[in-house]
Amino acid sequence: MITLKNVSKTYGSGDKPVVALKDASLTVPQGAITGVIGLSGAGKSTLIRCVNLLERPTAGSIIVDGQELTALDESALRSARHQIGMIFQHFNLLSSRTVFANVALPLELAGISKAEIRKRVEPLLELTGLSDKTAQYPAQLSGGQKQRVAIARALASRPKVLLCDEATSALDPQTTASILELLKDINTKLGLTILLITHEMEVVKSICDQVALISDGELVEIAPVGDFFTAPQTHLGREFLNDFLQLEPPRALVERLETMPGPHTHPVVRLAFSGDAVSTPLISRLARECQVDVSILQAKVESIQERTLGLMIAELMGDSHQTQQALDYLESHDLKVEVLGHVTRTA
Amino acid sequence: MSPALLNLVFESTLETLYMVAIAGLISAALGIPLGVALYTSRPGQILERPVLNNVLSIITNVGRSVPFIILMVAIIPLTRLIAGSSIGTNAAIVPLTIASIPFVARLIEGALNEVGPGLVEAAQAMGATPLQIITKVLLPEARGGIINGLTITVVTLISYSAMAGTVGGGGLGDLGIRYGYNRFDPMVMLVTVVILVVMVQGFQSLGDHLVRKSDHK
Repeated sequence: MITLKNVSKTYGSGDKPVVALKDASLTVPQGAITGVIGLSGAGKSTLIRCVNLLERPTAGSIIVDGQELTALDESALRSARHQIGMIFQHFNLLSSRTVFANVALPLELAGISKAEIRKRVEPLLELTGLSDKTAQYPAQLSGGQKQRVAIARALASRPKVLLCDEATSALDPQTTASILELLKDINTKLGLTILLITHEMEVVKSICDQVALISDGELVEIAPVGDFFTAPQTHLGREFLNDFLQLEPPRALVERLETMPGPHTHPVVRLAFSGDAVSTPLISRLARECQVDVSILQAKVESIQERTLGLMIAELMGDSHQTQQALDYLESHDLKVEVLGHVTRTA
Repeated sequence: MSPALLNLVFESTLETLYMVAIAGLISAALGIPLGVALYTSRPGQILERPVLNNVLSIITNVGRSVPFIILMVAIIPLTRLIAGSSIGTNAAIVPLTIASIPFVARLIEGALNEVGPGLVEAAQAMGATPLQIITKVLLPEARGGIINGLTITVVTLISYSAMAGTVGGGGLGDLGIRYGYNRFDPMVMLVTVVILVVMVQGFQSLGDHLVRKSDHK
């Protein structure tokens, strides 16, 4: 539904051009929700603004619903934009218009009759839970309500695609959750394809099907969300995930960690379980079969959409032969094992 | 004060109101579009035209830098062409209007500049044409600032109109000079000043009221 082909964007020229986007390629299938995640300044905003050509890419092409936007003239681009809704971090509602008139704006722009506008706006206000707010002005609404108005407005022209530019970044966690729920809801009900950018893993986790990781203007990793959360392929991906899961070993342990095993050390491992491994009693089997003791230092279970992800930091206690055997056992059971280091036996 | 003099005060008040009203309406009608042009032709704006923007900006600055009293006499031939005569109340309206067009334009430009760039962007993302952005986003969102600017213009016009006597335009300022100053009648001077103060106060309050009513921020 949305395809970016080798899209680059450079600002300025001469000696110091700023490269905001480098050769980015991405496909968002019909009906899917794709999240682009990255730190601030990574090029997320440029990327999403290139999709509806608020920024014109310096190279590459953008195809939305089979139409190559980069090849269109001004007036064809304007009508193509009716098919692409967009919501923003700061809502961008017109303060001089009521909720109803804000939602009606894209229809007025398209030259639709007053009666038809009323017919189309009312169900949207209902869908977004704003039926009792139609005559209010944006200044009277909370942040979450404003974003609901913005969503209703973006849907008014019955777009096939919705772009969300940090749509929940200005909202508190509870409001964020309700807005995400609404987005998921319209994705399912209307079959709307959604491309969003965010710096919050929570957003990706709760509603995205696919995630693209952006760094310095490059899409470094694109993966289904389930795969990304269980086994990120890049260093940056792992950093994002660890930050999100906050599964860093405790500080006291880190201070004791040594990189090389010694004669009297135990390995400390980080285990990531997914799929079948989650429901298997692996730790007790490990203890029984390899004769090691397992000391669990930290553990967490996350459900990422339909999949469950278990994470654990544990110390494997036994002699070097036993612990090696334990590591082999774990690796043969389809879970990700990462040896963080070794600690000297205390006992 | 004699009845004749009172009558003169009344007539002068009407002359001032007449000059201010006509000059105000025409300068708003021409100054608002000029202000929109000044703003939208800026680099990075929806109708980006750097050369046009420069030209308009220079003309506006020239218009604003010529002292009103000099402008009034300098454009006498133009006044005669438009008003049919170079003296009288109608003749005074021409320089008043010409002086306030660039004034209005700059105030409108400033008011439009207060509209958040995100709103224009949102409208662009909806597929709005530049004209739609001006009429549906920029002007309505800047309404408070525009009314404010027009109020300032009216007040300035009232003060400029005091100089209309130079071309025989009449009005309260002229009355004050001729009777109050030249004929040493402090009462006339006081009365004209008081009427002018009340007039300014009234327009300012009206303007403030309209701004408050249009502001939903």
